[in-house]
Amino acid sequence: MAVVLIFAETQNDGQLRKAALHALTAGKALAQALGGQLHAAVLAPHAEGAAEEVKGYGVAQVHAASAACFAHNLAEACAPALAQLAQSIGARFIGGAATAAGRDILPRMAARLQAAMASDIMSFEVEGGEVTWTRPMWAGSVLAKVALGTPTQVFSIRTTEFAPAEKTGEAGVVKVFVPNLPATLPSRIHAFIAVKSIRPELTEAKVVVSGGRGTRGDFGPLEALADSMGGAVGASRAACDAGWMPNDLQVGQTGKVVAPQLYIAAGISGAIQHLAGMKGSKTIVAINKDAEAPIFQVADYGLVADMHDVLPKLRQAIEALK
Amino acid sequence: MKILIPIKRVEDPECNIRITPEGTGILQEGLKFKVNPFDEIAVEEGLRLVAKHTGEVVVVSIGGKETHEQLRHALAMGASRAIWIHHTEPVDQMSIAQLLAKVVEEEKPALVLMGKQAIDDDQNQVGQYLAEYAQMPQATFASKQEALDSEAEKSKQPGIVLSADGAFVSITREVDGGLLQVECTLPAVVTVDLRLNQPRYASLPGIMKAKTKPIKELSCAALGIAPSNHLRIQKLVKPAPRKAGVIVPDVASLVDKLRNEAKVL
Repeated sequence: MAVVLIFAETQNDGQLRKAALHALTAGKALAQALGGQLHAAVLAPHAEGAAEEVKGYGVAQVHAASAACFAHNLAEACAPALAQLAQSIGARFIGGAATAAGRDILPRMAARLQAAMASDIMSFEVEGGEVTWTRPMWAGSVLAKVALGTPTQVFSIRTTEFAPAEKTGEAGVVKVFVPNLPATLPSRIHAFIAVKSIRPELTEAKVVVSGGRGTRGDFGPLEALADSMGGAVGASRAACDAGWMPNDLQVGQTGKVVAPQLYIAAGISGAIQHLAGMKGSKTIVAINKDAEAPIFQVADYGLVADMHDVLPKLRQAIEALK
Repeated sequence: MKILIPIKRVEDPECNIRITPEGTGILQEGLKFKVNPFDEIAVEEGLRLVAKHTGEVVVVSIGGKETHEQLRHALAMGASRAIWIHHTEPVDQMSIAQLLAKVVEEEKPALVLMGKQAIDDDQNQVGQYLAEYAQMPQATFASKQEALDSEAEKSKQPGIVLSADGAFVSITREVDGGLLQVECTLPAVVTVDLRLNQPRYASLPGIMKAKTKPIKELSCAALGIAPSNHLRIQKLVKPAPRKAGVIVPDVASLVDKLRNEAKVL
């Protein structure tokens, strides 16, 4: 029976990262299509808490590995431990969310397993036990259907394409897994500089208001508008490069991929790099002074105007609706 | 310090990528090629490190003869010499990493610097596979705290910091929720993100000098690797375009549309 193993990533506070729930959905669908079984792995300094949570999401077995060196999802510790687990349970497919940690750990683990990998998959099809993965290439301007030719296969998922898993009635089994870890590791964590935000996480928010060069560095009106709708604030690459916003808030091919109910792009021209990160949004509003800006080609509603004039009015109008 | 920098020849990101009628490849007509932009950032960082600590930057690429254009570009930026692995068949990320691991074995660099991903496949894998095959620590998505228009960047200081004894490097990684500062024992693999630096342009004297710099040719057979292609593209498709939107005249009509048509307010 094909075993699908999902790396259920945890945050620094020990909580399960929300992206892991999306990966569990993909893992469950894959296990079902293969007539197999879904397993999950939690690797953390104290894995028990998150593992207890994961077992409620339709997982047959949750493997909990606790070690101090798993802090901050250090790849040199997590990759060999995951590979060892995958081998011991005979996992044929190993996947996780395409988060920073997932992107860092999964290919290194795949190398240990002599497995090929499909990154950032958006969907998959199973026919006769063979999986075809659909993934973006050239910044999402092309979608490729690919098959991997190795017996063990690794994948990372684009979280916007899979709904978060929901709790099922029955709970899986939590098993303690004790990996062989080296006494010393060649990498050490110095410090974590957290981007503190009072707003919802960019990739989970129902509303995202993003700004670009057109903000001229003033994100105040954007933040006020986002707050009036309980939304998150995002930024284009240009705005992050200029140091106006932290890189963690960049929306685009190399930043976060978002798909909220409502995406408002203010003062963003719409380079292909940015579009790759927000094209999947349900409704897109573009506000830009330049009527020729490419952003208008993907927008459901465009407003050719200066965002500095428009955003406060938009906020007032939305607040008036409440 | 010796720094090895793998670079990839990719389509210019400004090019319009069109799929062939059979849907198995892309049309070559009208395409322009460049050094993968992430790899160019790696070359810039390597040159800054070498300027500060002495040493040499060696670039390596896998491909046909046309790859020389990109190797020459890196040499014109300031790399000392180039290695060309002559291979024209499609090859997967595993084999690329295995070939690079052989070059690492031969060259024994203190640091391998490379882009975090290539803008054609967008796989984001080779650095991590290589680190495992070469049994080195890895620091992916190297960035820095300073913005690209900061004084630190204008002074062309490297964002990757070498320790006084040259035994390890400190890297600021871009991760979810912030920046993670890590220290890796050398030799190590570091993959770079967009905000590490602003790559230089190749100068005219640099371009002239590059013409005489050596490009060493290697074959997969000479490296003892039979490249595989375990990543088979079955079909390429264009994503469904979004339906054409409308331009609204003012805020009032925008709010009306969002409330009554899109029903998101």
